[in-house]
Amino acid sequence: MTMIETPPAGRRDPDERGYFGDYGGSFVPETLVAPVEELKRAYLDARGDAGFCAEFERLLQHYVGRPTPLYEARRWAQVLGGARIFLKREDLAHTGAHKINNALGQALLALRMGKRRVVAETGAGQHGVATATACALLGLTCEVYMGADDVARQAPNVVRMRLLGAKVTPVDSGSRTLKDAINEAMRDWVTNIEDTYYLLGSVLGPHPYPLMVREFQSVIGAEARTQIQTQAAGPPTVVVACVGGGSNALGIFDGFVDQEDVRLVGVEAGGDGLVAGRHAARFATGTVGVLQGTRSVILQDQHGNIEPTHSVSAGLDYAAVGPEHAWLRDLGRAEYTSVTDEEALSAFQQLAKLEGILPALESSHALAHIARIAPAMPADAVVLANLSGRGDKDVAILQAQGLGDDTTAEPVS
Amino acid sequence: MNSRLADIFSGSSGSRLVTYVTGGDPDETRSAEVLRALGRAGADVLEVGVPFSDPLADGPVIQRASERALRAGTSLQSVLDLIEQVRPDVEAGIVVFTYANPVLRLGVEAFTARAAAVGVDGVLVLDLPVEEAGPFRQQVVAAGLDQIFLLSPTTTNERLAAAAELGRGFLYGISRLGVTGARSEVGGGARQLVERIRRVSSLPVAVGFGVSHPDHVREIGQWADGVVVGSALVDVIAREADSGRLIPAVEEYIKWLRSGTDVKGAPSDHE
Repeated sequence: MTMIETPPAGRRDPDERGYFGDYGGSFVPETLVAPVEELKRAYLDARGDAGFCAEFERLLQHYVGRPTPLYEARRWAQVLGGARIFLKREDLAHTGAHKINNALGQALLALRMGKRRVVAETGAGQHGVATATACALLGLTCEVYMGADDVARQAPNVVRMRLLGAKVTPVDSGSRTLKDAINEAMRDWVTNIEDTYYLLGSVLGPHPYPLMVREFQSVIGAEARTQIQTQAAGPPTVVVACVGGGSNALGIFDGFVDQEDVRLVGVEAGGDGLVAGRHAARFATGTVGVLQGTRSVILQDQHGNIEPTHSVSAGLDYAAVGPEHAWLRDLGRAEYTSVTDEEALSAFQQLAKLEGILPALESSHALAHIARIAPAMPADAVVLANLSGRGDKDVAILQAQGLGDDTTAEPVS
Repeated sequence: MNSRLADIFSGSSGSRLVTYVTGGDPDETRSAEVLRALGRAGADVLEVGVPFSDPLADGPVIQRASERALRAGTSLQSVLDLIEQVRPDVEAGIVVFTYANPVLRLGVEAFTARAAAVGVDGVLVLDLPVEEAGPFRQQVVAAGLDQIFLLSPTTTNERLAAAAELGRGFLYGISRLGVTGARSEVGGGARQLVERIRRVSSLPVAVGFGVSHPDHVREIGQWADGVVVGSALVDVIAREADSGRLIPAVEEYIKWLRSGTDVKGAPSDHE
């Protein structure tokens, strides 16, 4: 395993075996080796095909509504004092999150590979909704696996998926959340490889998923780079994004990774604080291991079993981080921090009441970090955050947290 | 290089019976008794599974066994302790069947050294295909253990050859696509897979996934060197764990399955 000193500019491919430095690879049961290889060949072929890329771009523009706006949050910045703040509005993409970019790209690939059935996992339901949407659009059969606990917590997204024609299958094993949904989707795939495509939702899993998902999301960073140049007359000082698996973060980082003076910061879920089982901050207390096809930094106990995780945001509630993030961390190119549930909820309220935007609880983690750093930054500093999704899906959770009652109607600052 | 597994498969004709149980299921004490019972009933190779929190290659029966064993406090280290405890009483070959992460967590060198010390003969890592097996295999070989590779109907001829080159003891052919679990019929792809393996390797081939009946054992035994029974046996353990007749039930089940093998007399066979 050779270590590349710095990421080369432009296309940052892992090595032939799918390694980003020491991370990545393809740790799959034997039956999946051939389908994973078939997928890799099909993807590398598709990304070099002008027709495929043109169709993807056409859908991004006319169906998803890209480019999504870059919005300067002036009221919030004024309250915080310090840096200017720009938000990349992925929450305005069709279906309400960045997930649709990847879902459409992979659904097009499934079609190209002649697979008529798609399986996917989902946590909060955003990737499931995006996949169900892409499958409806392209005429593919869709089955989404979702942890039984998440089915109960995220009922509106379950209804959305079903309305879009997808079958939603609750997963009752293990911790009954995202990680178990991935296990079940992989079990389905290994059983039905002839006609089934596994549409994984983040920069996780065996090669080529971490590469492919990042590339389908890189449109976020490409757009943001041009937009920030226009609106701020220069590159950002720092780019901030939340990191669950890490696809929205890599999507926006990708536009700036070659600009070495731009700081890249990933924000993980600190949950109730960094106590085992009560958070999902892999870089804070995790160690190197293999989970669900890839070698990366994971939360595990002393025997190598995966630790339970907690976050108020279901999309960040996962025990492993994408392998490319681990590599960027080792290189010193990106840095990672975490914020607690409480800090994320506080940032959510600030954006809602000062800017009229309900951010997803996932994205609120990135915002919470901005609330920490912006006040100490000079007025000409520019903070760019990926507002990866909208918060409508989270209203029930927010209510359960005691927000949204009349008594919380005091002004913030 | 002497390998107990190679010895077990050489010698008299007829297929060998390979059994899978999850170590520590339903708890360490009863699991030790189950392993001894399997040996007594004439199993030729015991695969001992290491329970893992995320068994993505396993069907519901082994998932639940994994959960029972984890609840009982089982770990990779305690599975190795369990093997140490039963090894003097069992003549069969013993293979540790595990996912990669528990081994990586313990440390590959620490694992192989301890495995060799307690009398393990072979190691099979479910999610470590030949492409990822390089450094791991060096330690396995250095410790004098056999690395067993799984081969599937989807495995290409090129990769069959690579596994034949790197594998020792025996090769494990998966009879069909999908996760572990008993079926009423054995997949038709198995025989072709074995034929393809024979073209590139002289290693013995055991076939598993879906075996639950003496007819399967008889059928597979006609063209493979070994038959693996897993989920169906684990299901017996699940049903009888608290019935007070767990051990006789396991022995009877194995004897019933073995009624499908027409030839016995492997060197390890003590009947």
